[in-house]
Amino acid sequence: MDTSRSYLEPSSFSKKLAATIIIVYTVITLIPISWMVMTSFKNVNSAISYPPEVLFKPSLEGYVNLFTNRSRQSQEYLDSLPAPETWYEELVRSREMVITGPSKFLGRYSNSMIIGFGSTFASVFLGALAAYAFSRFRVPLKDDLLFFILSTRMFPPIAVAVPIFIMYRKLGLGDTHLGMIILYTVVNLSLAVWLLKGFMDEIPKEYEEAAMIDGYSRLQAFFKVVLPQAMTGIAATAIFCMIFSWNEYAFAVLLTQFNAQTAPPFIPTIIGEGGLDWPAIGAGTTLFLLPVMVFTIILRKHLLRGITFGAVRK
Amino acid sequence: MSKIKIVNLQKSFGDFTAVKNSNLTINDKEFFVLLGPSGCGKTTTLRMIAGLELPTSGEIYLGDEEVGMLRASERDIAFVFQLFALYPHMNVKNNLSFPLKMQGYSRSEIKTRVEEAAKLLRIDHILNSNISSLSGGDRQRVALGRALVRRPKAFLMDEPLGTLDAEFRELMCLELKKLHIDIGATTVYVTHDQLEAMSLADRIAVMDGGEILQADEPSVIYNKPATKFVASFIGSPGMNFISIDQGISNEQSTLNIEGTNFNIPKQYEISKGKKNSFGIRPENLSLTSEGGLKGSVFGVEYLGSRKIVTVKTNFGEIKVKTDISTSVKVNENVQVKPSNDNIIIFDGETDKSLKSEFMN
Repeated sequence: MDTSRSYLEPSSFSKKLAATIIIVYTVITLIPISWMVMTSFKNVNSAISYPPEVLFKPSLEGYVNLFTNRSRQSQEYLDSLPAPETWYEELVRSREMVITGPSKFLGRYSNSMIIGFGSTFASVFLGALAAYAFSRFRVPLKDDLLFFILSTRMFPPIAVAVPIFIMYRKLGLGDTHLGMIILYTVVNLSLAVWLLKGFMDEIPKEYEEAAMIDGYSRLQAFFKVVLPQAMTGIAATAIFCMIFSWNEYAFAVLLTQFNAQTAPPFIPTIIGEGGLDWPAIGAGTTLFLLPVMVFTIILRKHLLRGITFGAVRK
Repeated sequence: MSKIKIVNLQKSFGDFTAVKNSNLTINDKEFFVLLGPSGCGKTTTLRMIAGLELPTSGEIYLGDEEVGMLRASERDIAFVFQLFALYPHMNVKNNLSFPLKMQGYSRSEIKTRVEEAAKLLRIDHILNSNISSLSGGDRQRVALGRALVRRPKAFLMDEPLGTLDAEFRELMCLELKKLHIDIGATTVYVTHDQLEAMSLADRIAVMDGGEILQADEPSVIYNKPATKFVASFIGSPGMNFISIDQGISNEQSTLNIEGTNFNIPKQYEISKGKKNSFGIRPENLSLTSEGGLKGSVFGVEYLGSRKIVTVKTNFGEIKVKTDISTSVKVNENVQVKPSNDNIIIFDGETDKSLKSEFMN
């Protein structure tokens, strides 16, 4: 019998099995995503051809269509125009069209950015303050309050869509960035408070006490000593909040139209000639995926790092 | 540096009173130890002096200023935590300069002060290290350094050596004492370890159940304990108590126990009741063949330079510290007799020691 390893350690067979399962699962999950990325680099015809093309000539048509508005013109008119100056003009003209202007995509995309990051910041900031208070102070009815905060998550947010719609119209918050930031923050806050409270509870209160004795106020101690140590929790919370507000669709459809419309309700409406422009939609969703991915990768190192590095012995 | 005075200090948490009506004066430049078992209120007292807890009633004077209700940040004291509480996201240098940054010192001033403290504590070679890479002793030194750089009115320490291993604790004990002599800072030190207290303190206050039972120099605490609790808590092993069913009268100088007369120091105080105890330290007892309390040997502990013999008598187990040459076997019949008159009679009703020739 092999006695070189502890019996608590998994055997090499179970390790291999686990790895295989993870790899298979990852591949299955990645199929739709890679299909989406592939579609974004196809042209209109190969995107809908049957049987589907796995090998194809890549084209940036989808991305050009995503960012531009175009109109179809007669061949004579196109011939009368001066030669195209850029590669994308050339691409559009080869489809017998001219660019009439930029599309709304960039605006919708930046709305998503403003609302997504704005509400993530607000959720984490307010959530951290509330979690700290719940963790450290004797709050009257603490348990009931915490349950109340959690209970706001118990029904699907869209169940309150109608009252919120009416409220927002009366308050003039409909179709504004601020309105959407507030809405997503409210939805995310319960998660943020609960997640962060767990992390705050783990941080020994001696740190703030030391800082307060060192001459700092409680709020200063919170920012200088507690927050840096809660980075793991903050990173995790921020990722969850960001994913929710970035992907949210139902409220965005209902409450935004022009000024504050985010990318999710916009992308499926990209219509090309004779139906949906699948390469453009693919390009839109691919670009839409990037920020959350980058955000998660950046914060990942905080997730993996321990909280206290063992400076306080427990 | 300044003296600390607490007057009628009381702290309650709901129904529980952690500190009862305490009075203390800690002199300037004194090394003062609060000693007691866990839950006796010593840490709560220290935290009130620090401003981490607010008193329910009573006053705390730091120098001439009443600080009882001030925030910790407004008191100008330094606190060394049991778990060090070094900021893990900063290196040693930043930990040391953290309190100075708040007070608005210039960069160069901070630098000199940090280097000065680091040199004093011999941590100047690890200034740029991460906290996580330090050994327990070095962490302790950094924690002390963070207290030192401020040059506060007083140092408060909450069992700072509690988490160190035995070997290091002894070393740090010596270093702390030396540091105290070097900088002469008023220090209040909390511990449950009587050896630590004895070796460090100028004066010790023994606490139990939220009350200060006795505050005096270590030798007085040891030799002339004010209450039965102090007598049993201090010393290892603690004092032996033999219950006696007789009152003590003034001028009494002998005591008859089980038919044998024992000489006791001349008593100056009358006991309140008939149930009292006769207290004597293990080193003031000796084993004899006659004229003592009869019993049989229950156990022998070998301590290197001494032996502790536990004798089972009609009055319970009595511990005797004997010479290493004494050879007794378990279950052997022996007698126990006081070898000098370091005997204290405790009043059974108040648990306080009675005044006597010896206790004056």
